[in-house]
Amino acid sequence: MTTSNTLFPVFAEELLPGGGHRSFVLKRGELLRLTDLNGNANVSLTLLNAHEKTERLNLPDSLKCQHTAKLTSGHCLYSDMGRVLAAITADTCGWSDSLGGVLCADEVAEKYGQGRYQELRNGFFRNGTDNLLVELGKWGLGLSDLLMTLNLFSRVNVDDAGRLHFVPGNSKAGDYIELYAPMDTLVVLTALQHPMDPNPEYAPQPLQLSWMKADASVAEHCRTSRPENQRGFINTDRLFA
Amino acid sequence: MNTTSATAASTTFIPAGEPSLTELKAGQTLRILDLEGNQAVDTLFFSLANPRERYDVQRTLRRQGSVYLTTGSVLYSNLGKPMLTIVDDTCGRHDTLGGACAQESNTVRYALEKRHMHSCRDNYLRACVHDGRLGKGDIGPNINFFMNVPVTADGGLTFEDGISAPGKYVELRAEMDVIVLISNCPQLNNPCNGYNPTPAELHVWN
Repeated sequence: MTTSNTLFPVFAEELLPGGGHRSFVLKRGELLRLTDLNGNANVSLTLLNAHEKTERLNLPDSLKCQHTAKLTSGHCLYSDMGRVLAAITADTCGWSDSLGGVLCADEVAEKYGQGRYQELRNGFFRNGTDNLLVELGKWGLGLSDLLMTLNLFSRVNVDDAGRLHFVPGNSKAGDYIELYAPMDTLVVLTALQHPMDPNPEYAPQPLQLSWMKADASVAEHCRTSRPENQRGFINTDRLFA
Repeated sequence: MNTTSATAASTTFIPAGEPSLTELKAGQTLRILDLEGNQAVDTLFFSLANPRERYDVQRTLRRQGSVYLTTGSVLYSNLGKPMLTIVDDTCGRHDTLGGACAQESNTVRYALEKRHMHSCRDNYLRACVHDGRLGKGDIGPNINFFMNVPVTADGGLTFEDGISAPGKYVELRAEMDVIVLISNCPQLNNPCNGYNPTPAELHVWN
């Protein structure tokens, strides 16, 4: 399902270059659109409660309460405290991956070879672990706060035997995903290739980030998609009652 | 190695619904025994030398190319190091995605008034806070030994009746010194414990 939210005016826009990392507070009522500019984008994401950062995205809780391993429009991203850090209100590529995680420096060197700043300047080979740790560090957070990450725009299939299969080309140029924040949510993300992307070249793709002022109506299909999410929104709204 | 309970260096009985925090030295083998069958044993591993280094589910799944754990699976840390290897497994499949139950997730999954039922993450916190080396921030995604949570081809996640049975066990060899944090799951709202939580037992061999 896709839902375009052109009704909401954009109040800020930014380019996230391939390899870039960024963190910011998405305030309650705000909507973030991530647009894949060239195709084959991947964004590794984590979320926290901006005011109580011990409350963090919990993917196992998110998956089991919605009986899903993939995440797409209509799904909610839950904290460990039973609250909705973000709702996926629109998704034109149809699948984000919860299984692949991020590579560390050694794994990037193993996959792409050496790519140091000394030779490549700002085109150096970055890795998801360090990119996310740098952003978490800016908020006083550390290694223990890097939990399972969500890989937006990427798809990994699981066969009957449990084997993982990366699906190339899940996201095309122009595909976008929108995240609505029903609470003040610290968003931490980086634009790097999915760890299971078979492309042997280091080639992370850029995205456009667009911020909109929205309201709870944009996430109504997420809230009502199942009774679990209705209860998740009740837990969330209690913060602001 | 003669891994009978008589030759074990130590044995720990974990009653239904209780936590356990133990240490395992590199080279030691840990057997987790499902005494009565269909009992989820929610387990986390931490480096003893640096408890911020812990079991990393996504790296573990990615490196083995498979979503279930069984004999031969290497459990990797968030720093990319091998922590433990599964060396024997009479159950055959263990869950990596279902996480641990909590008061808060129970309110979402079942009903707001289920908040005060006992849960794994309460067990974890009790053990961590008493121990002092670990806290809430260290509690990440865990392994559910003996639990069956298949992923379907269209990306669904289903909670199936357990495939474990009385006396089934899994054995892990430690590749580094580790802290083993367990909640013997008290969940009563789904079939992960056959609606009847039962005891588990740990055996350690040198």
